[in-house]
Amino acid sequence: MKLTLSSSPHQRVQRDTGQVMRLVIYAMAPAMLVQMYFFGWGLLIQSIIAVSTALITEAGILRLRQKPVVRALSDYSAVLTALLLAVSIPPGLPWWMTLIGTFCAIGIVKQLYGGLGFNMFNPAMVAYVILLVSFPAAMTMWLPPVQFMADPLSFADTVSLIFTGYTQAGLDVAQLRTVADGITMATPLDAVKTGLTEGLTYSEAIQSRIFNGGLANSLGAGWSWVALTYLAGGLFLLKTKVINWHIPVGMIGSVVVCATVLHIADMDFYASPLFHIFNGSLLIGAFFIATDPVSASTTNKGRLIFGAAIGFWLVIIRTFGGYPDAVAFAVIIMNMAVPLIDYYTRPRTYGHGSRSNKRGR
Amino acid sequence: MANYQSLAAEGMWNNNPALVQLLGLCPLLAVTATVINGLGLGLATMAVLVGSNITVSLVRNFVRNEIRIPVFVMVIASFVTIIQLLMNAFTYELYLALGIFIPLIVTNCAIIGRAEAFASKNKVLPAAFDGVMMGAGFTLVLVLLGGMREVLGAGTLLSGADRLFGPIASNWTLTIFATEQPFLLAILPPGAFIGMGLLIAAKNAIDNRLTARQTKQKKQVTRIRVTAES
Repeated sequence: MKLTLSSSPHQRVQRDTGQVMRLVIYAMAPAMLVQMYFFGWGLLIQSIIAVSTALITEAGILRLRQKPVVRALSDYSAVLTALLLAVSIPPGLPWWMTLIGTFCAIGIVKQLYGGLGFNMFNPAMVAYVILLVSFPAAMTMWLPPVQFMADPLSFADTVSLIFTGYTQAGLDVAQLRTVADGITMATPLDAVKTGLTEGLTYSEAIQSRIFNGGLANSLGAGWSWVALTYLAGGLFLLKTKVINWHIPVGMIGSVVVCATVLHIADMDFYASPLFHIFNGSLLIGAFFIATDPVSASTTNKGRLIFGAAIGFWLVIIRTFGGYPDAVAFAVIIMNMAVPLIDYYTRPRTYGHGSRSNKRGR
Repeated sequence: MANYQSLAAEGMWNNNPALVQLLGLCPLLAVTATVINGLGLGLATMAVLVGSNITVSLVRNFVRNEIRIPVFVMVIASFVTIIQLLMNAFTYELYLALGIFIPLIVTNCAIIGRAEAFASKNKVLPAAFDGVMMGAGFTLVLVLLGGMREVLGAGTLLSGADRLFGPIASNWTLTIFATEQPFLLAILPPGAFIGMGLLIAAKNAIDNRLTARQTKQKKQVTRIRVTAES
């Protein structure tokens, strides 16, 4: 008779990595469709570029490392990384930038550290930061939501924009961003940031046209709807127990607390918590990015701390930093702190280290 | 120890100050945004290294063991001052581009390391040769890293060659590709760290492959003998 000894946990949800990753992708899909509805075909093309680059890079490096290629490719982790990057970048980004970004995500951030399960940092977010630091102009060229554009881009126009830099009519992204009456449309976070530096108060800054047609008064058109769908996708992930509640709750809770404190301190300069939650990438960050099982904290208490710290950095960087959004920076900063958090939040083993027998330890 | 061939191999490859000893990383990472900056600092470091190795070797029998380190530091500092003044006089623009990293050659551990580990125990000629080879190994890495970062980050090679070689070199710049949106990461500090990591990895990979080839050859020999016996 063979007695197998295995370490805890002994009861497991019978789901392999591939199923988990696929569930996350399904949860993202509605939001991606909404994003395509508001921002055009770009996302679809960027996803195709990113996913194919990711798979080719992963296969190539696994080959070099003499690891089984097919098994690693069929766990969908590379696909998920590529999709997370694709939804974070502006849809009109030149194709070779997406290519460089995905290559860095899979090649450098994931495989050089040892592949799935060994990467310290969230690959998609490091790739996003690499692109943002390298190509700051192109990476902030978001096209306005479809309802603000004089004539929305056709599929062929989008392809031509991504691969040549110009639409078929010869317009580049900067020209496309200029809406009919000669005003350049900024993203909601950009609009408020620029408004505040120009001396407007917060309540004046959110009068910008980009906030017409959003969910509520201070929520950007298009963006807030996308964020809402990510929230729905995130709740689906919670329901199916793909992720735990600790990171999203910690992150959103701490954003609410930090933003409320600032907002109450000076309503003219600091945005409301609602503004922080539904603009930019906070909700996708809280449910889809910070919850990456590899690079996030692994204990429940640690996850709460990890999420809360991300929320804190998010508000600080958004409010006082040079870049309008901060999910990527906040996640990377806290990725570095994960070993420390895990060390100090190790759960107590039953029968060991309780308060009564601490001396006996 | 006076085996010049092994000294050369040590300095350029086996015990390369930048790739293996990981010494002098601060200037190495800071100035290698272009080939010329890298080459300039590499040559300056090499000159200091040769000078200090020769001097330390000359005085090795007169300096008492207890005070050797301060003496080495003073020797190195004098050579750095000489190099700094020379660069200020003859390659002023490069001098400005390298800035604080020229005086900081004093603190480059590769130099005091060679003074302590080699020059203070060997005759003048081997010490000088060791200085040349260690300096060349260091320069090689600076130039390689500078080349990688310059090509990726700006699409050029040898830009600003006239800073080092004078007006003749003003049209030496090679444009590999022209772009309006350079890959800034390569020029910024993270590019230096990632590039350095890749160089070290490449060096280790080559070493591993060489050892693997050697052991394979040995194995083949035994197999042949076994079949011959059986």
